[in-house]
Amino acid sequence: MVDQTSSPPKVRTDEALKTDRLTRTLDHFRREWQIYAMLLPTIIWFVVFLYKPMYGLQIAFKDYSIFRGVQGSPWIGLEHFQTLFANDSFIRAVRNTITISFYNLLFGFPAPIILALMFNEILHATYKRTAQTIVYLPHFISSVIIAGIVITAFSPTVGVINTVLGWLGMDSIYFLTQPEWFRPIFVGTGIWQEAGFGSIVFLAAIAGVNPSLYESAVVDGANRWQMMWKITIPSILPTILIMLIIRIGNVMEVSFELVILLYQPATYETADVVNTWVYRQGLQSGQYDLAAAAGLFNAVVAFVLVMTANTLSRRFSRTSLW
Amino acid sequence: MLNWNLYSRGDKFFAIVVSVMIGMFTAATLYPFIYIAAVSFSSGFAAQAGKVVLPPIDATLEAYGYIIGDPKFWISYRNTFIYTIGGTLMSLAFIIPGAYALSRPQLKGRRFFNLFIAFTMWFNAGLIPFFLNMRDLNLLDSMFGIILAFAVNAFNIILLRNFFEAIPRSFEEAARMDGANDFQVLWKVFIPLSKPAIATITLFCIVSRWNGFFWAMVLLQSEDKIPLQVFLRHTIATLSDNDEFAIVQTDAGFSAETVTAAIIVCSIIPVLIVYPFIQKYFEKGILLGGVKE
Repeated sequence: MVDQTSSPPKVRTDEALKTDRLTRTLDHFRREWQIYAMLLPTIIWFVVFLYKPMYGLQIAFKDYSIFRGVQGSPWIGLEHFQTLFANDSFIRAVRNTITISFYNLLFGFPAPIILALMFNEILHATYKRTAQTIVYLPHFISSVIIAGIVITAFSPTVGVINTVLGWLGMDSIYFLTQPEWFRPIFVGTGIWQEAGFGSIVFLAAIAGVNPSLYESAVVDGANRWQMMWKITIPSILPTILIMLIIRIGNVMEVSFELVILLYQPATYETADVVNTWVYRQGLQSGQYDLAAAAGLFNAVVAFVLVMTANTLSRRFSRTSLW
Repeated sequence: MLNWNLYSRGDKFFAIVVSVMIGMFTAATLYPFIYIAAVSFSSGFAAQAGKVVLPPIDATLEAYGYIIGDPKFWISYRNTFIYTIGGTLMSLAFIIPGAYALSRPQLKGRRFFNLFIAFTMWFNAGLIPFFLNMRDLNLLDSMFGIILAFAVNAFNIILLRNFFEAIPRSFEEAARMDGANDFQVLWKVFIPLSKPAIATITLFCIVSRWNGFFWAMVLLQSEDKIPLQVFLRHTIATLSDNDEFAIVQTDAGFSAETVTAAIIVCSIIPVLIVYPFIQKYFEKGILLGGVKE
């Protein structure tokens, strides 16, 4: 609006032809300043809240003290990383992260696929809709509530699990203090919370399968079980592969919020993951530099995994629903 | 395509087995909620004896009476509403104009800006630098800090940008003829056409704000600023090993567990109220997000 009143458009075009690149660029900004004004707050936000912390990551290579600040603290090279890899509890946290992710993958990955295949077999529309509405719900519940429910249900006195064990004549177990029970409870909770919601992607893929494939299978006398194995599963295989690759890319991302809420010193042995370790060392014990180094290690491994996963999934995605 | 009358005997059997299995999984999903509700309505004594399995035992409202009488519960409830509404509005104020700008082909450095934003999905500085940055910005123990620092994420911007990019040029041309500028085009053309996408993002924001816990716990110290999730966490952590509470509860008819359960019920109810509205959108939403990065 402003630029249009200053000079008629035709004159400006003639001028732009004559002048150099700088003037043309200025002209562009004068004409299009509004989109840059719209973008600016978002860019500033990213710089202040996400990129500035990346600059602050240098404390992983420094002897950081609050008083000297990020820039003023002296460089010490890789000392923190040497400390980390000599630290048994950190090595244990790395191992636990990978192990828990592996169990999540082994049990948690097939669950939504199986669920989607089963939903696909249900004829009664209302029954299907109701069941879907219910199984999607836990995804929207906060981890504090999930943990509250788990703590109550598995409690040795109040908990319904131990009540049922009592009916079966078994002794009650204090589940949340026993290292060997942490992973089954954690992975099981994850399946309970996310399997339903995770099935949406696979249901969408199933909905995209060409119906004529099923029609000709019916003509050939195939039953539903055969159709599932011969048509549905092969058709959604690209989606399954992509989701699998994404999952593998996120191996370092154990939902540590839930770990913090469910673990205790007695179960650190099997429960402590890299991010909970970082939380304790950094935010609770104040060893910011060492904890930042551990976080950097985690972020770099995660970055490499995610980039590899992205490259792989792009290769597969040509044949998939995306 | 699916027609029960055309099913063979084997197909019918298979369909019934699958329906029963789905029914069981659905019941297993629902049960923990029913169980917690039952505990919240039971007497403290019955709950501690492990008697609650399905219906409430010695039904009482005393656990609810206890939390309703606790001003800290109400303050945290109010705070959660402030974080949810304030945070969601803040998110939209950044995301909608930002996504619009990124969707414009004439934006110079568009590839760079897209990568600049997408990069943060793949690489994150981590907890410690983020925390120290918040301290340097003087945003510790600040409600505004929580609202601002979690306003934007790359995923939501990219989701909306993809949606904006898919809107045909012809829709805005009429407005351009009338001399509309970018702000007017965004407001009068793009926003009305993108209602489903904006609704999806709004709902993602609402849910994540309502459930937000970790950073609220780390960044907020004042009790009058904490949201419901942090209050619930404090309650679970302190009630169970508070001896004074153990004495009070015997004659009061509630226990640490029934009070915890009652707070859980109170914080789930708003989610259940909003849930039917969310459901319409989230199925589309997660598929939109997967289109391209």
